[in-house]
Amino acid sequence: MNAISGAYDWLTTGANWQGEKGVWHRLSEHLYFSGVALAVACLIALPLALWLGHIGRGGALAVNISNVGRAVPTLAVLVLLTLTPLGRHGDLPTLIALVLFAIPPLLTNTYVGMREVDRSVVEAARGMGMSGRQVFARVELPLAYPLVMTGLRSAAVQVIATATLAAMAGEGGLGRIITAGFSLQNTPQVVAGAVLVAALALVVEGVFVAVGRFLDPARGRA
Amino acid sequence: MSEQNCLVANDWVCGEYLRTRGQELTDATVQHLGITVASVVIGVLISFPLALLARRRKAFAGPVLGLTTVFYSVPSLAMFSLLLPLFGLSASLVITGLVLYSLTILVRNILAGLQAVPEEAREAARGMGYGPLRLLWEVELPLALPAMLAGVRIATVSTVALTTVGAIVDYGGLGTLILDGLHSDFKAQVLTASVLCVLLAVLADLLLLGVQRWLTPWTRATAVRGGRGPHRRRAATAVEPEMPEMPEKVA
Repeated sequence: MNAISGAYDWLTTGANWQGEKGVWHRLSEHLYFSGVALAVACLIALPLALWLGHIGRGGALAVNISNVGRAVPTLAVLVLLTLTPLGRHGDLPTLIALVLFAIPPLLTNTYVGMREVDRSVVEAARGMGMSGRQVFARVELPLAYPLVMTGLRSAAVQVIATATLAAMAGEGGLGRIITAGFSLQNTPQVVAGAVLVAALALVVEGVFVAVGRFLDPARGRA
Repeated sequence: MSEQNCLVANDWVCGEYLRTRGQELTDATVQHLGITVASVVIGVLISFPLALLARRRKAFAGPVLGLTTVFYSVPSLAMFSLLLPLFGLSASLVITGLVLYSLTILVRNILAGLQAVPEEAREAARGMGYGPLRLLWEVELPLALPAMLAGVRIATVSTVALTTVGAIVDYGGLGTLILDGLHSDFKAQVLTASVLCVLLAVLADLLLLGVQRWLTPWTRATAVRGGRGPHRRRAATAVEPEMPEMPEKVA
């Protein structure tokens, strides 16, 4: 229990929040990595998955990418990227790894969401004379919305988690507080860092759930 | 001579590395396997009763699924670090973290498998005088097996990948080699350990798929339908077990 009270002391010490190695700076690094990577992953995966789902092809690709993603250790990818010539370009290996790991949940959930739209509803929309574009925007997209948001939420949590691991490969982010604690053999700092990271992941998950509900096209309708 | 040089030149692929450090690689692989197997086995032992309880009592299901999902959102590095004061630097720390992660997948799949058992099958067994235990063991369990083993496969594959993060406390199996390789800029070690890790995940998945097919021979009989491969169940209804929303877990 010493470590718990020690972690509390660490977190309530103002000096630990200030400066280059302080919590605020690490948090801003963490959010910067995560935000950029999530945006890039969305730009790549969402249009592709929406299009594949709309034309109804490439299902095997979308599903298998997610299975492959599970089997590949994030740490290995991060370390491999760091050791390639890319490693000399600062944040780039971390950002690439984050994008790679955010793509599978986005791709799979969006594709599955588009395909699970009731075919008879799509047929009916076509029967009413809707063009492919209208079917996509007015029928498929709103109905696929919940799963697309689930994918976005998984991707966001995934990215936050991976950004933590970036610290093991030498880059910044909140994980640095943990790894620095390990190398200083300072258990209270390790626990304090872990609490911060866990809290951030849970807060991000919560924010995405709330935003998803708020933006739901079916909100307020039966 | 040229092979001797690949260690000096620090090549990515190096036969000499495999020859000289074979023992180290084997030890790491054995540790990796041990941690994975222990985590999944303990995970199954814990989640099975949890799933049974969650099925029996609706009030119990929400908190169990909610809590395990919360564990699932915690980044692995943070999870292992949070458990540090409880276990110290040990393999049981890594195993405990991995068990906590496996729970959400296993409970959801076991629950989904049990709920997909057709009510007629249950009724028929009860009519034949089966007690609850015998009903569970001889009717529900076999019918729920495909969905349950699907969960075990997902849990195993992601556990193999997540074990690497245990390197932070020196119990990461192949992950420890990967991290050491990073610090000493030893490319052959990083690549070899990474590839072994992925191979391990794929082999474990194939092995479990084999076990699944061996344990459920009746699912193979309907391979023709829909051309979707042999994984369709032949249970009395045409309803596929509803797969629960499965979160991704890579880090």
